[in-house]
Amino acid sequence: MSYLLQQAFRSGKFVFGFSIFATILLIVFIYPLVIPDPPLEIIGQGTFFEPGIYVNVYDSIRAPTYILNLRGAAANRIASRLNQADRLAMKEWLMAGGGIAEDEIDIEDTALLLGLWVNHYSPTKNVPGMTNARRNYFARLDISLRGLLSTEGVSVAVKNPDTGVLEETSFIAQSDYANINQVANVRVLPLGTDNFGRDMLTQLVAATRVSLIIGFIAGLLATLIGLALGLLGGYIGGIVDDVIMFITNLFIVIPSFVLLILISFSIGQEKRGAITVALVIGLTSWVWTARAVRSQVISLRNRDHVNLSKLSGHSIGYIIVSDIFPYIASYVVMAFILQISSGILAEAGLSILGLGPRTTEFPTLGLMMNWAMIYQAQILGKWWAYLPVLIIIALITFSMNLMNTGLDQIFNPALRE
Amino acid sequence: MKRKSNNVCLKAEGLTKVFGFGRRKTLAVDQVDLTLYEGEVISIVGESGSGKTTLAKMLLGLISVTEGEIYFKGQKRDISTHRKKKEYWKNIQAIFQDPFSSYNIFRKIDAVLLDCIHMKGGKRLPHDKKVAMMAEACSFVNLKFEELTNKYPFELSGGQMQRLMIARIFLLKPTILLADEPTSMIDACSRATILDMLMKLRDEIGMTVIFITHDIGLAYYVSDKVYIMEKGKFVESGTADQVILNPTQPYTQRLLSDVPKIYEEWDLSTV
Repeated sequence: MSYLLQQAFRSGKFVFGFSIFATILLIVFIYPLVIPDPPLEIIGQGTFFEPGIYVNVYDSIRAPTYILNLRGAAANRIASRLNQADRLAMKEWLMAGGGIAEDEIDIEDTALLLGLWVNHYSPTKNVPGMTNARRNYFARLDISLRGLLSTEGVSVAVKNPDTGVLEETSFIAQSDYANINQVANVRVLPLGTDNFGRDMLTQLVAATRVSLIIGFIAGLLATLIGLALGLLGGYIGGIVDDVIMFITNLFIVIPSFVLLILISFSIGQEKRGAITVALVIGLTSWVWTARAVRSQVISLRNRDHVNLSKLSGHSIGYIIVSDIFPYIASYVVMAFILQISSGILAEAGLSILGLGPRTTEFPTLGLMMNWAMIYQAQILGKWWAYLPVLIIIALITFSMNLMNTGLDQIFNPALRE
Repeated sequence: MKRKSNNVCLKAEGLTKVFGFGRRKTLAVDQVDLTLYEGEVISIVGESGSGKTTLAKMLLGLISVTEGEIYFKGQKRDISTHRKKKEYWKNIQAIFQDPFSSYNIFRKIDAVLLDCIHMKGGKRLPHDKKVAMMAEACSFVNLKFEELTNKYPFELSGGQMQRLMIARIFLLKPTILLADEPTSMIDACSRATILDMLMKLRDEIGMTVIFITHDIGLAYYVSDKVYIMEKGKFVESGTADQVILNPTQPYTQRLLSDVPKIYEEWDLSTV
C-alpha cells in the first residue's frame, strides 16, 4: 500500500490533481477555524453587495486623520460620482426637459455640464414619456451631484441631547485621510454578499464542505452497492447473476433522476437532511457501476490467473478480493470519482427543483446556485453569486479526474514506465 | 522412463460439455472416455478448437460437467464443497498454455510459491524453512530465488515464468499434472529445457502427466499413450508407437503430415 502511494506521488498528473483537491479540502477545514461565523448569518441589509472592503463610515470619521495632498484626488472624486453613463443621462435630460440644443452641451466639460444641470434641473418637472423609475434615477443623480465641484470640507454635527441643537464636533477637509488599520470596523467581503445579505465566501466554504460530504457519501454508497452486486453477479453467475441483473435492469428502465425526485419528494421537507439526500442519491445511482463491474468480472473470471488461484486452494471470497478486484480497481476508482461528481451535480439538480436538503442550517453548492437563480443573479450580472460556485464544482471534478488518470498508471503495473 | 503401473488413478466416462442453449448450442466435448494409470504419461492431441482445453478444465474441476462421470482413485469425484475441491487440487495440478496470463500481476513471485507451501499444510513452518523450500524449488528449474524474491511475475521472461510454474508443481507434488500446451508460447530452445524439466520432475516425484498439445511430435517424444481428438471426440487412441507410426484415421494422418520436416517437401495437400 505504501508502495502504491509512493508510486502515486511520482505521477505528475496525480500530484497536480491532488494538490488542487487538497487545497480545497484545507480551505474547507481551516477557514471555519479562522472565521467561525455561522455561514447563513445575514449581515447585509440589501441584496448582492459587491465584493470589496467595507469600511465603517462612523468609525472612519472618528479615526485619526492625516492630511495627504495627492494629485488627481479631485478628479477621482468627480469620476467616481459622475461616470460616462451619468453624463450621457444628464445630456438626455437637459435636451428633453431643459430644452437645450445638443451642440450647447459638452459632456466632457464637467464644470459646464454641472452648471447647466444646476440651472435647469427641477425634480418636479414632468418630462413626457419618462418612466417613474427614470425620474427617480434623475432625482438620485441630482442629490449625488450637489457640491461635486465644491472644495469645502464636511462638518460633522451631533444633536445636543438637551437642547436638540446641532453642534459641530469636527470638520473633515477633502484632503483628510484615515489609516484603514486605525478604523475600528472594516469587513472584507471578498465575494460580496448574496441575495439575503450573507457573506458569500463563508457560505461558499461551508457549502463546499457539505456538498463534498454529500458527494462522498452518495459516491461511496453507489460504488459499494454497484461493486458488490457486480462482483457477485459477474463471478458467481447463474441464478444469482440473473436476479441481480433483473433488479439492475429494473433500475435502468426508470430514469434515476425521476426516481430521485420522487423519493426526495416523498421523504418530505422536514426530514430531508444532507445525509438523507446523499443516501437517496447513492441508492439511485449504483446501476451503471454494477453493470460495468459485472461485465469486466465476466471477462476476468475465466482467465488463467483466476484458474491458477483456484488450483492454489483459495476461496471464492479471496479470489474476488485478490484476483478480480485489483484488475478492476482502477475502473472502480474512476467510477467512484465520477459518482462523487455526479452526486454533487445530482444534489444541485435536486436543490434547483427545491427538493434539496432543508435550508435553515447549512448551504450546499446546489442551494447556492438555486438562490442565485431565483434572485436572477445571472440576469442582473451579479457574477459573484454564481461564478465562484461554478468554479468550485469544476475544480473538484477536474482535480478528481486528474487524480484518477494518475492512479490508472499505478493500478496497471504493466503500463508503468 | 516409462513407469506405468496397473492402478487406475483417473477415469472419465462419457464426459460431455455443452455450451449455450437451443440454436446456439455447441458441443465442445462429446462422450469422451479416458482411463489414466498411475505413473503414465499420456498426450491428448488435436487441432485448435477440438475441445482439448475444455476437457482439461473438466478434468481439473474448473468448469462443470454437462454429462458423464469422473472417477478419481476408484471413487466418484466429489468437489461439491470448497474443502473437497481443495483436497482434489492437492492431487491434480495444471500448467497453462500462456505463462503471461497465468499469473496475477499484482502478486509477487514469493506469494505464488508461498501459496503452494500453505496448500501442502506448511503454513506454520518457520520463515527460514519456507525460504529454503522456495529456493530449492527454484534451483530445481535453474532459477535463482534470490533474484526472484520481491519481484513481480511480469518482470520475468516467458521461459522463466513457465519454469516458475514447474517450480510451483515441484512444491505441490501432485499425483496428476495436467500440462495444457506448456511449451506452445515458448521459443524452441526453451521448449526443450521446459520439457526436460517436466520429465525430470515426473521421474523425481512419480507423477502421472496428461499432455495437451497440438504438436504430435512432442506427443511422440514424451508419451506412453496418445489420444487423438477431433471435434470433441477421441478418434484414435493407443500407445505412442501404435498411433504415430501406424495411424489408421485420416485425421491422424493429416496431423502427422502437417508436421514440417527438414529434409522433405512439406506436404500441404491435406490442408
